[in-house]
Amino acid sequence: MILKLDFFYLVLGAMLLIIAVMALRDPHNPKRYSSALFWALYAMVYLAGDWLSPVAAGALMVVMALIAGFGGVTLGRYSERSPDQRRDSAQRLGHKLLIPALIIPVTTMIGSTLLKDVNFDGLFLLDPKNTTLVSLGCGSLFAVATACWLTRATPLQAMRESRRLVDHLGWAVVLPHMLAVLGLLFTEAGMGKAVAHVVTSYINMDVKLVAVAVYCVGMALFTIIMGNGFAAFPVIAGGVGIPVLVGVYHANPAIMAAIGMFSAYCGTLMTPMAANFNIVPAALLELPDKNAVVKIQVATALPILLANIALLYFLLNM
Amino acid sequence: MNHTVNLWPLLGVAVIVLGFALRAHPVLVVIAACAVTGFAASMDVAHLLAVLGAAFIKTRNLPLILLLPLAAIGLLERYGLKEHAQASIARIKSATTGRLLIVYLAIREISAAFGLTSIGGHPNMVRPLIAPMAEGAAETRYPALTDALRYRIRAMSAATDNVGLFFGEDVFVAFGAIVLMQTILRGEGIEVDPLHMALWGIPTAVTAFIIHAWRLHRLDAHIARAMMKGDQV
Repeated sequence: MILKLDFFYLVLGAMLLIIAVMALRDPHNPKRYSSALFWALYAMVYLAGDWLSPVAAGALMVVMALIAGFGGVTLGRYSERSPDQRRDSAQRLGHKLLIPALIIPVTTMIGSTLLKDVNFDGLFLLDPKNTTLVSLGCGSLFAVATACWLTRATPLQAMRESRRLVDHLGWAVVLPHMLAVLGLLFTEAGMGKAVAHVVTSYINMDVKLVAVAVYCVGMALFTIIMGNGFAAFPVIAGGVGIPVLVGVYHANPAIMAAIGMFSAYCGTLMTPMAANFNIVPAALLELPDKNAVVKIQVATALPILLANIALLYFLLNM
Repeated sequence: MNHTVNLWPLLGVAVIVLGFALRAHPVLVVIAACAVTGFAASMDVAHLLAVLGAAFIKTRNLPLILLLPLAAIGLLERYGLKEHAQASIARIKSATTGRLLIVYLAIREISAAFGLTSIGGHPNMVRPLIAPMAEGAAETRYPALTDALRYRIRAMSAATDNVGLFFGEDVFVAFGAIVLMQTILRGEGIEVDPLHMALWGIPTAVTAFIIHAWRLHRLDAHIARAMMKGDQV
């Protein structure tokens, strides 16, 4: 293939390395050495990921977590423009400002739908296993280029701006990544079997409504723990859905599966473990309470979960 | 089959629950949970580090979607993208925070249902456009908008993106979740048509839209009430 995901690993690695150097040279950052080390280590994951031994990569992750966990990643100073300056250029550029912002989703969409099968004698234009990510990467590069051209800013300024945003995110950048690692470890350690065992041995599911509720709530709870509905589905469907709902109550498997997955998503809305949906946006939107998004979503997720139990109960045998 | 199931890894879950309850630093909680889970599954330090390292490299594609768009978004913010979004929404007189977010919820959910999940997202839509517009719509009506309300509006904007995405994408036949469900059911000897799974997702998708849209509608009333109280004081 012509455009591989590895290329964007190098792009991101270079970006993180530049951020590390900028942090090192920023005297206004109270902990510039540990901040720079943190970003440099993360850059290594992308620049040297293929050569690092698993033990070295694991040690690197632990060191990064300790730096971040003990407050070693701090903000520097960023020469931001005043609100008046921003309002002036907003008026001057008008709707043109939207063009680069929309280039990212539009390119991603075109790449992952229209260009995904484009190949020259079997040589694919886009990495066939990662079309969405590769298209998103291309879109991001086009967007930076267009934004530089439109605003007459330099690529270096674009790097300074990404440092400003990445620094504001801070440790929230690596939390989803580390949670994904924990999820894989949970799977390896046999967490699924343990949970399914506990659920099925201690709850009496002779009443249909109880069985349906255990299935839906189990999906949500297990997703809250794992932070990912995809991890919960095999466990709860295998432990409760198939043996009890299909086996005993003759449920339509399509309905059981569809509503089960949506119950898992209710869990995703309620857990800080789904960091890229819940914690990262709180950091991106500069909210003082990192759990603000989770808290506001609970009041949507619980009614949907109840509705799921009712829907599954009544539609079970359709 | 009691003796074949090792219940010790559940300690990892206990660490997570305890860590979040004690408000410990999330990254430290995750590392502690990794250590406890690994040792409970009787791995030694080198084995555990190797498992963590291999997983860390394997999942490094995750942050791409967050980090790659930031350079362009940051640059546009420097040149007034947020200010432009706010000024544009202020010109639409009938726009309120709730109505704007209901429209976004509908667009997000419907486009996701057609597989177009890349419309939207927190770094490239919510931060630069949706949240500033939602905030701007409230500010046009109530120039003295309090910080508490500002944060609530921003959190609701992020929540709207999530709800729209989650309950839309599962109605799309070619979505990963549908493929996953089909694979798992097939492993258990049950053959299911992906189209049926997608169609049976629609009742929940509609319910989710109604519930969240109602909450967004209430948000306008909440803002009005909070600002009224503020005026009296």
